[in-house]
Amino acid sequence: MLQAPEMTPEKVETDKIYQEMGLTDQEYDMIKEIMGRRPNFTEIGIFSVMWSEHCSYKTSKPLLKKFPSDGEQVVQGPGEGAGVVDIGDGQGVVFKVESHNHPSAVEPYQGAATGVGGIIRDVFSMGARPIASLNSLRFGNLNNNRVKYLFDEVVHGIAGYGNCVGVPTVGGEVQFDDSYQGNPLVNAMCVGLIDTKDLQKGIASGKGNTIMYVGSKTGRDGIHGATFASEDLSEDSESKRSNVQVGDPFMEKLLIEACLEVIQSDALVGIQDMGAAGLTSSASEMASKAGMGMEMNLDDIPQREDHMTAYEMMLSESQERMLLCVKQGEEQEIVDIFKKYGLEAVAVGQVTDDKQFRLLHKGEVVADIPVDNLAEDAPIFYKEAKVPDFYQENQSMSAYKPEIADHADVLRQLLQQPTIASKEYVYDQYDFMVQANTVFSPGSSAAVTRVRGYDKAIAMTTDCNSRYIYLDPETGGKIAVAEAARNLVASGAKPLALTDGLNFGNPDKPENYWMMEKSVEGMSAASTKLNTPVISGNVSLYNESNDQAIFPTPVVGMVGMQESLAHITPSHFQQEGDWIYVIGETKPEFGGSELQNLLEGRYFGQAPGIDLDTEEQRQTQLLQAIRDGLVASAQDVAEGGLAVALAECLFNDKELGADVSLQGDVTTALFSETQSRFLVSVPNEKREAFEKEVADAKPIGTVTKNGQLTVNHEDHLIVNEQVEELQQLWKGAIPCLLKSKD
Amino acid sequence: MKFAVIQFPGSNCDRDMYYAAQNALGEEAELVWYEGSNLEGYDAILLPGGFSYGDYLRSGAIASTTDIVTQLKDQADKGVPILGVCNGFQVLLESGLLPGAMLTNRDLKFMCHFEQLVVQNHQTLFTSEYEQNEVISVPIAHQEGNYFCDQSTLTRLRENNQIVFTYQNNPNGSIGDIAGIINERGNVLGMMPHPERAVESRLGSDDGLKLFQSILVNWREHYVAGA
Repeated sequence: MLQAPEMTPEKVETDKIYQEMGLTDQEYDMIKEIMGRRPNFTEIGIFSVMWSEHCSYKTSKPLLKKFPSDGEQVVQGPGEGAGVVDIGDGQGVVFKVESHNHPSAVEPYQGAATGVGGIIRDVFSMGARPIASLNSLRFGNLNNNRVKYLFDEVVHGIAGYGNCVGVPTVGGEVQFDDSYQGNPLVNAMCVGLIDTKDLQKGIASGKGNTIMYVGSKTGRDGIHGATFASEDLSEDSESKRSNVQVGDPFMEKLLIEACLEVIQSDALVGIQDMGAAGLTSSASEMASKAGMGMEMNLDDIPQREDHMTAYEMMLSESQERMLLCVKQGEEQEIVDIFKKYGLEAVAVGQVTDDKQFRLLHKGEVVADIPVDNLAEDAPIFYKEAKVPDFYQENQSMSAYKPEIADHADVLRQLLQQPTIASKEYVYDQYDFMVQANTVFSPGSSAAVTRVRGYDKAIAMTTDCNSRYIYLDPETGGKIAVAEAARNLVASGAKPLALTDGLNFGNPDKPENYWMMEKSVEGMSAASTKLNTPVISGNVSLYNESNDQAIFPTPVVGMVGMQESLAHITPSHFQQEGDWIYVIGETKPEFGGSELQNLLEGRYFGQAPGIDLDTEEQRQTQLLQAIRDGLVASAQDVAEGGLAVALAECLFNDKELGADVSLQGDVTTALFSETQSRFLVSVPNEKREAFEKEVADAKPIGTVTKNGQLTVNHEDHLIVNEQVEELQQLWKGAIPCLLKSKD
Repeated sequence: MKFAVIQFPGSNCDRDMYYAAQNALGEEAELVWYEGSNLEGYDAILLPGGFSYGDYLRSGAIASTTDIVTQLKDQADKGVPILGVCNGFQVLLESGLLPGAMLTNRDLKFMCHFEQLVVQNHQTLFTSEYEQNEVISVPIAHQEGNYFCDQSTLTRLRENNQIVFTYQNNPNGSIGDIAGIINERGNVLGMMPHPERAVESRLGSDDGLKLFQSILVNWREHYVAGA
């Protein structure tokens, strides 16, 4: 770690100390020009974190601009702690996803725990009560002992933090692929509910107003966390364990309750959490957004350790800290509210009108920087993009055609693939019910939480099939958004907006940048078509280990609303005698499929195609049919194709079965991953009305009571399996892998 | 009828408990902050789940030393019905209002799901609306719910019919499959499963509602008889 507080500005320049902080020569020169002098050690440290990719999006900004972010439902788009959509009755839903990949790779428990804590703070600092957490996790092969350890500890960390703060972890997704072996992905999403009149902003306005600090004391943990998150993981990363912050969920719980009380006080002007780049980013952003400056006396910062330097305080990422701007003279009101919760709110500075970010320590000015240059004028880099050779190769291949002898056996094997298998082992460790609003528990295609006191509910999902994106980023990007929307529609919700968690490799490699660009373009096209603007998000680059990038993984966290509780639709079959329909035709599309992975152990060829007009039309028709009360259950057809979807629709311990007949090529019918399809069950008496409303729906069979999954193909019995047996395989796969030795 | 729901720093099922009494049962409920509050005048007291003081020491240990728990003991002595759920149960154990202690779950993990409970004693003021041996579906959500006591305590609990709920499929290793116990006097019940999360069928089960109804029915009888 860098510990050279006495280092002179000259030495910072001549020894290129800034390079160790992640700044380039070019950036150093820009900073020198901004300052009109050589920046001192503290100042260059402040610049280095604010200009890191994590805080400034200096690489990804040109791409993020492509996302649609407007819509009549949007109350707050990108730029604040989290985005907000309107859900009627004067209420809004606040949400955002954030990554904690690098910390989780070296210290999985704390990395994941503080990821959850950070995103929850983003939401309640907007003034919203956090009502749900979701996550999106990626790991390598579960046969590997290190991966098992990472997997177990990440889940343990999410549980340890989320359960304690009393925010239910209602959903998420976990996928496994070799590309994540050394670089797991831990993306956490938080959803909050707010009366929109209570919406807060992270601003420090009004000259002379007081800046107050509340929460945990500042320690030496997490120094340079944002910079650490903006470089490749290497053998050396283990030594950065001390860059990882340590979480205290009890403190967070106190902060939630206290801050939600404080936002009702007229004394409060603005509030922001200290996330990445801690005190530096929260303070400078609050001042810059208000068009003001700020002066802070670091002697007043509550400190956990002795002899902390200005540099250490400004770069610490100690958790559970908030920064408030309070009307001058009304500080006591704020102090009293926090006192009830055993928390101390301390005045540490004031708002100025000179647009300077000025820090005092032990009677000396230790930093004096034009604040806009820090927060808003970070450089933007336009990276070079190049089409990767493997993309060209995949596109020119003839379509992959799997050969299968025993379809029932393949179904059994697919159900045990870790990506498809039941994640009960994971979500059983999460308190998904606290707050007593959870209608659909994790394991459903969308999580559903009712809004207490109203006839409506919030539906949420996280999604991203990175194999498709690896093969074809633009198409895969479209699919990621469309599939998330499909999940929400199947649960009876209208999709409203999304938050993006962009996880990619090193953008300095033109092939990686090209994949970023193309996937963002694909996501933008689908977001526009499906009217789900991108209202918040996070970028995590440099996800590489040993020079190997992860599959591009732009996670989509989407939120929708059931406009009546009566619209809430389960994904499982409900009743004997209901008719089973597939919406959408099936084509032989196996590139990037689970079947390809199972048979070949790798992904190649073309990703499934997607037509956004067709997608939009089917989603609209299905949602209307659900609202008209014609649908007993609905699920999208995803990884593993129709066969896996059919089996999953029976895994609800109701001892139901299904008897279906399929046409055409049987491998395609069962296992193809053609997009824009749903598997739906409809009560017999509603068939006619349903068929009239949903043009592309074809009946394939009925729900039975015999606990048997039976698939016929042109008078041949192809699959005849006991549901209970299939369910045991599906449920037991992950616990079984975890117990096995290398 | 007026319920108190005690809030410790770190309680997180306090509002769920409040809604169960106020909305699902339809009686008056008040959230009572642990500091500077008076427990006089409530007809029943509810200790909710959560992580009081972060549970960084033994679960419930610090909460059991607070002034509100001293008041709680006075109310227990007066015969006021007291229900402790999850962390609330742990507080009752730590404060000595109920015998025994909690260990970490057998599998060393937090677990959250519905469990089938057997009503072992329906002749308490918390369970009179249930049938004897009725099987009910109520969720658990805990990491330290593995109830333990010595053999003589277990024998005494059995002899006095103090074991109120058992698990049908013991999830956490609790001795005697114990999910909930009552004091000898019959006015203090502690249980790890969350009845306040099982008061609406839309959310998976309303089998917990009868527990709150039992408190109400018995209060009415007591009140009418006493009037």
